[in-house]
Amino acid sequence: MKGKRIYLFTRFERIWHWLQALLIIVLLITGFEIHGTYSLLGYDRAVFVHNFCGITWIVLFFLFVFWLFVTGEWKQYIPTTKKMIDVILFYSYGIFKGEKHPFHKSREEKHNPLQRIVYLILASIFLPIQILSGIYYYTYHTWPKLGGLAIFSSLDPVAFIHTLFAFVILQFLVIHVYMTTTGDTVFAHIKSMFTGYEEIKETSN
Amino acid sequence: MLKSNLKKLLLILMVFFTLFLPRVWGAVKEKDLSITADHTKFKDLKGDFHNGEDLTNMCLKCHNLADKQIYKTFHWTWKDKGGLRGKGAYTVNNWCISTNFMHDEECSLCHIGWKGKEEGINCFKCHLRTKEDIASDMKDYLFFSQSQDKDSQEMANDIKNTIKEHMVKVGPPTRRNCGECHFKGGHGDGAKHGDLDTSLINPSRDLDVHMSPKGGNFSCVRCHTTVGHNIAGRYYIHPAVKEKKSLIEDDKTSKITCVSCHGHTPHKDSLLNGHIKRVACQSCHIPAFARKKPTELLWDWSTAGKKEKGRRIKKVDKYGKVIYGSDVGTKKWATNVVPTYFWYNGTMASYTLKDTIDPTKENFLNKPIGSPTDKNSKIFPFKIHRGKQPYDTKYKRLLPPLLSEDVKTGEEGYWKTLDWQKALKDGCKIMKIPYSGEFGFVKTAWAYPINHMVAPKENAVKCIECHTQNGRLKNIRGIYLPGRDRFGFLDNLAWTIILLTLVGVIMHGIGRLILSKRRA
Repeated sequence: MKGKRIYLFTRFERIWHWLQALLIIVLLITGFEIHGTYSLLGYDRAVFVHNFCGITWIVLFFLFVFWLFVTGEWKQYIPTTKKMIDVILFYSYGIFKGEKHPFHKSREEKHNPLQRIVYLILASIFLPIQILSGIYYYTYHTWPKLGGLAIFSSLDPVAFIHTLFAFVILQFLVIHVYMTTTGDTVFAHIKSMFTGYEEIKETSN
Repeated sequence: MLKSNLKKLLLILMVFFTLFLPRVWGAVKEKDLSITADHTKFKDLKGDFHNGEDLTNMCLKCHNLADKQIYKTFHWTWKDKGGLRGKGAYTVNNWCISTNFMHDEECSLCHIGWKGKEEGINCFKCHLRTKEDIASDMKDYLFFSQSQDKDSQEMANDIKNTIKEHMVKVGPPTRRNCGECHFKGGHGDGAKHGDLDTSLINPSRDLDVHMSPKGGNFSCVRCHTTVGHNIAGRYYIHPAVKEKKSLIEDDKTSKITCVSCHGHTPHKDSLLNGHIKRVACQSCHIPAFARKKPTELLWDWSTAGKKEKGRRIKKVDKYGKVIYGSDVGTKKWATNVVPTYFWYNGTMASYTLKDTIDPTKENFLNKPIGSPTDKNSKIFPFKIHRGKQPYDTKYKRLLPPLLSEDVKTGEEGYWKTLDWQKALKDGCKIMKIPYSGEFGFVKTAWAYPINHMVAPKENAVKCIECHTQNGRLKNIRGIYLPGRDRFGFLDNLAWTIILLTLVGVIMHGIGRLILSKRRA
């Protein structure tokens, strides 16, 4: 059964994706060390690496947002209900019976409705919250000097938010990594994120 | 064989002389350039004298404001302005407890007068630059000079010559001068402060970067700025400084603090500088106190008075320090003590004999004041000295026993009699404090701020020592400390959810695998 290859992910997109993946994983590892969950790098080194990756991520995030709007790729993230139920049913039921994925990827629509909504929430709510709370955490001690701009007099709420969303992102990571195995072959999706091309099997439409 | 050894020896000697000797010489030859007068040349200092006051008057001939300045200082009065606090007033601690208004002879040995406040100022106590103890020489001189026999007169003359030889070697106070009292206070070297003991007379750079001759070689007054004999520093409820400014902001600051020289942003790393708002420099830069010599951590008077076969008992520990004495009770000493941390705004709450205590719990006689909500409070290191000392079971007040002997009446104190009832009665009588006649022992604690023994920066406290559960700051409340603090429910709930998710996806995957195999 020979399928066709379509070009889904541009070079920038792939570099951005893997760099962001790396940063998030390192941030999670060092972040939970700073949180006191375990000790690995040593506290001061963990703080340094965490801050370095955090600031790098901010730059990368803005590059990504810029790219989204310049290329018009932001349209890929407009949520839709079309086939949403089908996709949910597929992952919870059809996949076990070897059914075909109800959503068909194309250059114009590379994310299924579930991906659209999850990535949209992640990129527009969760990540900005994490970045903003991170910046606040990082610059906490300088806020009073900037003219009483401190919204929180204590680090508590900021630390709470930053920790909460770290868990949310970790949760996403676990599911996201698992979902990559649900392609036609176990590594099909991961492969396409490296090469940019996705193998599409022949289908009836 | 012999020749080659000889050659080697010669070579080593040559290297030694060329490399090290000039340094040794340099260290010895280095002079204090702040000194502008050679006191050995003054004719006024070559006259005759008969007692301590004569010597003082020689000094005052030129330093004609000194006595008026001294009489106003806390070092002389031993009382603060209100007259309530101070060694000479109603302050009570948990070492030697009280000076009984300076009647207790041994306590008065530290006073800067020849005999308490009675026979004028002993300038040499702070200004003599040799190790000679002129106060004790003078006592001997007075003793021998009163006798008429020839031997005694000769003895007196010898002592006089010794005094004459030393009295001209004066200058600004050295670490040894201040240390004579401040290192040895509380009945022994290192007993009181923990960050002050005789190891600071000539400290290694490891022990104190500022005071070490291999570091800044600071004398005490380098930071304890002195104006008109008034030496800046904290005492009882009075803070050392009100505002901390760098010398660039104010070069006439009332006291040199860390900020004076190091500024408000001393670290290269802005995250470390961010700590300064809430963490005192001392908290990280003095990782432990009593790093060379032991300091006393406990003095339990309640066990005093025991005898073995009619003889007094004395037990010492591995440092050679007394851990039990019939006259003093039980003591405990330790080296390398990790400080206890409190919120502190520079003032202490300090007990006096007029305050009441709660005999059912430990009473803090000197306690840091501060809180996380107070902008001026920082996390600060302290030594805690615990004790058990006599109190009036009826009036619920601490009691001031007479310990050595009364300088005025010669009445013998507890150290001679081992009789609590008499020592307490005499002590209260001197201080005109009511005593019901019934006493017990109460637990007390005293906090001393740790300011000295600043270590080289590479030995500063590491991040993880505070940023962890059960770390140095485990008892500090009111802040979120990353690495220490958790949102209990959040961590537990979140990890549970993540674990369940992990189990979920694994099950999902196994399900897919099994079913796809079955289909195949």
